[in-house]
Amino acid sequence: MNDRIRADRVTRFIQTLNQAVELGLTVTETTDRSLTLCLPYSNRIIGNPVTGVIHGGAITTLMDTTSGSLMLCALDVFELCPTLDLRVDYMRPAEPHKPVYARAEIHRLTRNIIFTRCEAYQDHGETVANAVGTFMRIGPQALPQAYREKITGGPV
Amino acid sequence: MTDLETLKYTRETGDFSRLIASIPYANFIGLECDQFGDDLIFRLPAKDQNLGNPVLPAIHGGVIGGFMELSAAIYLMLAQETVRMPRIVNFSLDYLRAGLDRETYAECQLTRQGNRVANVMITAWQKSRSKPISTARAHFLLED
Repeated sequence: MNDRIRADRVTRFIQTLNQAVELGLTVTETTDRSLTLCLPYSNRIIGNPVTGVIHGGAITTLMDTTSGSLMLCALDVFELCPTLDLRVDYMRPAEPHKPVYARAEIHRLTRNIIFTRCEAYQDHGETVANAVGTFMRIGPQALPQAYREKITGGPV
Repeated sequence: MTDLETLKYTRETGDFSRLIASIPYANFIGLECDQFGDDLIFRLPAKDQNLGNPVLPAIHGGVIGGFMELSAAIYLMLAQETVRMPRIVNFSLDYLRAGLDRETYAECQLTRQGNRVANVMITAWQKSRSKPISTARAHFLLED
C-alpha cells in the first residue's frame, strides 16, 4: 500500500463520518505509521465569541478522528476501531482564522489495542494540544463487507 | 466566553437559551440545558450532522467529548460566585458504550475547587442513567 492509496482510503472513510464532513476535515499527509488531518477555521465552531477562538470540542473531534483513522494507514485490511479513551492536554488557544492540523502516530499496535499519540498544531508550528488515545480492535468482520469495500475501493 | 449580563440573566431565570445562543459551538452541536432546582442537566438531541460511525449509526466520539467539555464549562461558570471564565487545561475521556443516534444527557460534579484550578467530573448517558456511555474528568483554570 502506498501513500496515495492510504490518503484515498482515509478520505473516503472520513467522508462517511457526518461530523467530520460538517467540520470540513481533509487529509494533509499519510505514511504507514502516521496521519495528518486539517480542520479549517469556521465561525460556526467558535467557543469564545469575544476572541474568536474555536472550541476545544472541535479540536477533540479533530484529534479523535485523526487517531481513530490511523488503522487505515497501518493495516491492509480495514477495521473500524472504536475509541476506548482519549486524554487531551490543551497547550494554548488556537489562533483564530487559521486552520488547525492534527498529526497522529501509532505508538504501539497489539492484537487487541492500538495506542496512539497525536499533536494538534498550526501553521507557525506551535502546539495547540496533545492527545494520547487507545482504540480497540474489534476485527474487520464487525463491519458489513459493502461498507469495507466502499472505503478500501474494492474487495480485499 | 460570555458577558456578565447574560450570565446574570441565566442565573436569575434558569433560562439557558441566551447563554447557549452566545456560544457558536453550542449551536453547532445543538447543546441544550435544563435546570431542576440546583441541578443542571445538559442535553444533546439526536442530530444527523453529529454522527460518526455510519454503520451503527453512532454519534461521533469527538462530539460526545465536545458536549461533555462544554457542559463542564457552563456548569462551572454557573457554580462560581463571581464571574470567572473557566479555561480548559485538560480533558480525559473514557468511552464506555457506543453513543447511539438518540438524545444524550450529561451531568457534572465539582470534585474539587481550588483558588485557580477546578476539577470537574462529567457523566453522559442515553436511555438509562445507570448505563453511562462516557465518563470524563476535566481541569479548568479560573481567571478573573
